[in-house]
Amino acid sequence: MNSLLRSLTINTCGNFHTLLSRSLSRTAPNMIQSSETSLPFDYDGAPIESSIRKKLTESLSPMHLEIVNESYMHNTPDSETHFKLLIISTAFLNKSPIQRHRMVYELLDEELKKGVHALSIVAKTPDQWHEGKRDISPSPKCRGGFGK
Amino acid sequence: MNVMRSSYRPFKLAQQFLNFSADASGKLKEIEQMVKNNKVVVFMKGVPDAPRCGFSNAVVQILRMHDVKYDAHDVLADESLRNGIKEFSSWPTIPQVFIDGEFVGGCDILLQMHQNGELIDQLQKAGISSALLKEAVEGDKKNDK
Repeated sequence: MNSLLRSLTINTCGNFHTLLSRSLSRTAPNMIQSSETSLPFDYDGAPIESSIRKKLTESLSPMHLEIVNESYMHNTPDSETHFKLLIISTAFLNKSPIQRHRMVYELLDEELKKGVHALSIVAKTPDQWHEGKRDISPSPKCRGGFGK
Repeated sequence: MNVMRSSYRPFKLAQQFLNFSADASGKLKEIEQMVKNNKVVVFMKGVPDAPRCGFSNAVVQILRMHDVKYDAHDVLADESLRNGIKEFSSWPTIPQVFIDGEFVGGCDILLQMHQNGELIDQLQKAGISSALLKEAVEGDKKNDK
């Protein structure tokens, strides 16, 4: 039965696997490998993304962090409104999915108030990630909420 | 005249603030009723037949797969509901899903629960039998034969 459930996917999202992997590989050079890596926190071309990266890195010390700006998928291209986050951190140990999301929302309260309105979060502990529970789903297609 | 104006303004501001607070708490009470009105309640952008946001659409699709009947509220049609629901559940994004009056999460969490089977359990606790569970049970029976 479990295998049946796992094999079910949301039909509207199917073709976004490729989009996601493409966008992830594009951001790959910026991925945080370790805390020693010098990071483009002050990168002025993407101020919101930089501040998200800075806050999450400082507060959660993630083993791995990926930030994908998905605004291009919506009617707000060239902006910083839609993000997908992959965060692997021990800070999520013994925390429920809701608690993990709340932790991230609280850290990024300022960004959410400034205009980020879509934040898709995959928050895992290193063990969960290594166990292979890599159920990152592609973000769904925009349905034209007109930046709302 | 000047004295009057300066004393009048803060008073008016305070009054506006009080009115606003009264409105906001009224909205929260209204939302409290809304989330209890059905076993499953969804706050989304657009309506189930025409979602206006991909994340809201994903939630609709998941619930459709489980053949769940639910109340849907369009936050784009009511700005005070849109702000109120965020405050009510201390959750800054839409969609939001409630089962048995309890906040369950948004699109990411519902999808995760759908994938790991937790959604079926959660629905069952609320007395709802997921269509996927029925399908799986029938499939098992066929395999046994």
